Amino acid sequence: MDTDVAAELLRTMWRIRLFEERVAQLKRTLQVHGLIHLSVGGEGVAAAVCGQLRNDDAVYSGHRAHGHAIAKGAPIDRLMAELMGRESGICRGLGGSMHLVDVEHGFMGATGVVGGNLPLALGTALTQHLEGTDAVTVVFFGDGAVQAGHFNESVNLAALWKLPVIFVCENNGMAEFTSREEHSAIERVSDVVAPYGFDRETVNGSDVPAVYDAFAGFLPEARKGRGPFLLECLTYRRRGHYEGDQQRYRDATAEEEWRERDPIARLTDSFGDDDAAAEIEREAAAEIEAAVRFARDSPYPEPAIATTLVYAT
Amino acid sequence: MTEKTFVEAINSTLARAMREDERVIVLGEDVAEGGPYMVTAGLAEEFGRERVRNTPISEGAVCGVAVGAAQSGFKPVVEIMFIDFITLALDQLVNQAAKAHFMSGGQLSVPLVLRTQGGAGQRNGAQHSQSLEAWLAHVPGLKVVMPSNAADAAGLLASAIADPNPVVFVENKSLYFRRETVPDPPEPVPIGQARTLRPGSDVTIVALSRLVGDALEAADRLASGSGIEAEVIDPRTLVPLDLETLARSLRRTGRAVIAHEAVTAGGFGAELAAQLQAAAFDYLEAPIQRVGAPYTPIPVSPSLEDAYRPGAWEIEAAVRIALEWGEYDAEPWEHGAITAPRTSN
Repeated sequence: MDTDVAAELLRTMWRIRLFEERVAQLKRTLQVHGLIHLSVGGEGVAAAVCGQLRNDDAVYSGHRAHGHAIAKGAPIDRLMAELMGRESGICRGLGGSMHLVDVEHGFMGATGVVGGNLPLALGTALTQHLEGTDAVTVVFFGDGAVQAGHFNESVNLAALWKLPVIFVCENNGMAEFTSREEHSAIERVSDVVAPYGFDRETVNGSDVPAVYDAFAGFLPEARKGRGPFLLECLTYRRRGHYEGDQQRYRDATAEEEWRERDPIARLTDSFGDDDAAAEIEREAAAEIEAAVRFARDSPYPEPAIATTLVYAT
Repeated sequence: MTEKTFVEAINSTLARAMREDERVIVLGEDVAEGGPYMVTAGLAEEFGRERVRNTPISEGAVCGVAVGAAQSGFKPVVEIMFIDFITLALDQLVNQAAKAHFMSGGQLSVPLVLRTQGGAGQRNGAQHSQSLEAWLAHVPGLKVVMPSNAADAAGLLASAIADPNPVVFVENKSLYFRRETVPDPPEPVPIGQARTLRPGSDVTIVALSRLVGDALEAADRLASGSGIEAEVIDPRTLVPLDLETLARSLRRTGRAVIAHEAVTAGGFGAELAAQLQAAAFDYLEAPIQRVGAPYTPIPVSPSLEDAYRPGAWEIEAAVRIALEWGEYDAEPWEHGAITAPRTSN
């Protein structure tokens, strides 16, 4: 993999990793609010996919959305402020962790209802199709969403209408607390969509260059209007379903497995320049601390904002 | 002025909106074929099947596609063929469309129109006849429109398409095929403005959708038979609600009857009654009466469905109760003076 690309992917992954680990700490001390779902272990997918997108490409995400928002270019300080419920938050304190939106950077939104983002992404892809642009839409979802009715409805519609959408499934093997074996009769998500006949691929989500290359194979085709595509990334959920999850379902081999599957450690190994990698991490750490300070210094929203934003004018 | 049915009024308004703005698209089951009531007939021929898109029977995804297209700058008009099927689209409508503007801190807006139709009377049974508008009026972020005639349907649909918010446009299939006089070109009707269809000083009848016609019929009978002058008001939109027009009338008459086809219990009439009593409590001469359907699923058998559907007779009975309230020592029906209303369940 090209060194500059690898450095950029490392930078994005560190920004996500350190943001989320800091958020986990802030949650323990009640400085961030609400249900918090972290993607530690899955940063490689967000980085490799969003790193290839343009600003006018749209991204949708779900409840585990911080990484996708960061990778798509959302400002980290305003994301932190959103999680801390501040007026300067990216959604002015009205969205929170599960409902991040940054239209300016094409991050069209995360939704807290599993699978609910899939048809929304199709709607944006339909406008791209009707406008005749070469912009595309990417929708991230977990393997838990595949068993939701919206998934089959959306995959069928996307295939019928040949929409410029790339479905990116982060298959971490867990739907909330329940393993994939217990919630799906089909192991691979790429097999679920096989009858629809569009291109699909399953890759190791901890292998960032593999994710990058697979997505790079789909993207130019999607830009030509030859969608949809599905990229299934087998990822590892390092933390619980949400912060506070007791994780009684987690088995004892988790630590050992983590050493194999940490996407940052793996890419750093192949990167070859430990000093540069360490510098990338330090820069990201400084940026996160600045974001926390920015958020803490921001006021909470005035109550009136809630009533003025129920309807658009 | 010209003669049109409700269906034709909707159809020509859709066509006009699509001609004026190419971001207006129509999608739903069978819409390119015109749909079961031919509301979208001819649109695919004029605008092509890219803009008039037939969809699979996937109400959830189709509604979501419309929401996604709306927040990406288009103006979709999505059809849910029967309001009974809106159950399948509620996640996209309630959790996504209604909240996108708010949760994004104002970044997104969802200029979506969801057209659907409800109402009983066709022997279609309990899954193709309901009136579920109260569910939708309960969700902040949605607007809910219920026209009672072809002219309002045209004017309100044009306003709904122009609105930057998700608007649920609830038609009643019983109104579809009467010939009515409508202005040509149609006059715009702002969302959130009630209309007084008949002036009166004795009682205020607030009626929704199909019951507006029944209210006018009841008012005529009351006037000619008993000299009772009922004022009939059609709110036309449930959300936002023109409470002031309703309250002003009630402060003058002191008595109100609220009529809709939906089940009385938990229906939008309950909200109307609550808001009206708060706005006009000191002027009330009688409890606000509600007319609606009984608390059962909708039966199919003609004899049962006809008995189930509220109409002019029930409104007339409720008006008499409102007017005779307090004239007797005990409840009026204890004297056998009138029949107890079926609506007092």
